Amino acid sequence: MSTATEAHNDAHEHGMSDAGYIKIALILAAITALEVSTYYVDFGPLFMPSLIIMMVIKFVMVVSYFMHLKFESRIFSFLFYTGLGLALFVYFVALATFKFFIA
Amino acid sequence: MSDTATHATDHAAEAGHHSSTGLSNNKLAMWLFLGSECLLFGGLISTYMLYRGRVSDGPHPSQIYDIPFTSVSSFVLLMSSLTMVLAVTSAQRKDDARTTLWLTVTALLGATFIGGQVYEFTTFYREGLGFTTSLFSSSFYSLTGFHGVHVSVGVIMLLATIGIIKKNKVTGDKAEVVELVGLYWHFVDIVWIVIFTLIYLIPS
Repeated sequence: MSTATEAHNDAHEHGMSDAGYIKIALILAAITALEVSTYYVDFGPLFMPSLIIMMVIKFVMVVSYFMHLKFESRIFSFLFYTGLGLALFVYFVALATFKFFIA
Repeated sequence: MSDTATHATDHAAEAGHHSSTGLSNNKLAMWLFLGSECLLFGGLISTYMLYRGRVSDGPHPSQIYDIPFTSVSSFVLLMSSLTMVLAVTSAQRKDDARTTLWLTVTALLGATFIGGQVYEFTTFYREGLGFTTSLFSSSFYSLTGFHGVHVSVGVIMLLATIGIIKKNKVTGDKAEVVELVGLYWHFVDIVWIVIFTLIYLIPS
């Protein structure tokens, strides 16, 4: 019973076990290796999209699992992703400003 | 609200975080801070993306970037996120010895990353890329320099946390203190994930 309670508390506190985190880190390392390979291997038209997709996957994995956002209250997600959304908005506004209003 | 969210709220209430949201105010403040940090780095990354082609007479990004070296630095920082999360789980299990061990390893990996950045900046400067050489160089040094400062602050936070754990001077929930430092550390890692791809791997 106590083991079951401990196991429950473990999952409750951490979201994942240590082995789970190591698996996530190995996946992240593999994606990083794939990213670096784009420097040496010609990916053609897939170069840019593949790099962006891999970057987003790594970003979301770290935020969701290492930062526990997947297991936390949605309020935390709202606060963080609102900041991120605003940052992207600022980027596109700056990009549009330079493209259309600054020669 | 989802099951996991309700679960988290209940847990916070059980842990004694009496607030109007039922969540830890410390954690709430940290996530709010990280959200605002997204704006800071968003502005710096936007500036770099807009100016990276403005090289004047100075060296071009593709002439100076050392991708193999930066890849190793990125890997070191990525693995420091693993050691940090292991420190958090150790703290939640109330295992002080393992917590300080993983925090020390994280600090060492962070210091290694900073050492690599100092080496990179020195090399770039010797190759003719000063802070005011071009718009590209100014925006590059501002972005990566700000990130380096954040990593340095993170290393100081890690060392301070190790110190207060060893002296048993942690006020409040020890696991939460380590988790808050961990959130900041993972944030500098995700910023580098973006910088590594957009600045180093995608040519201008």
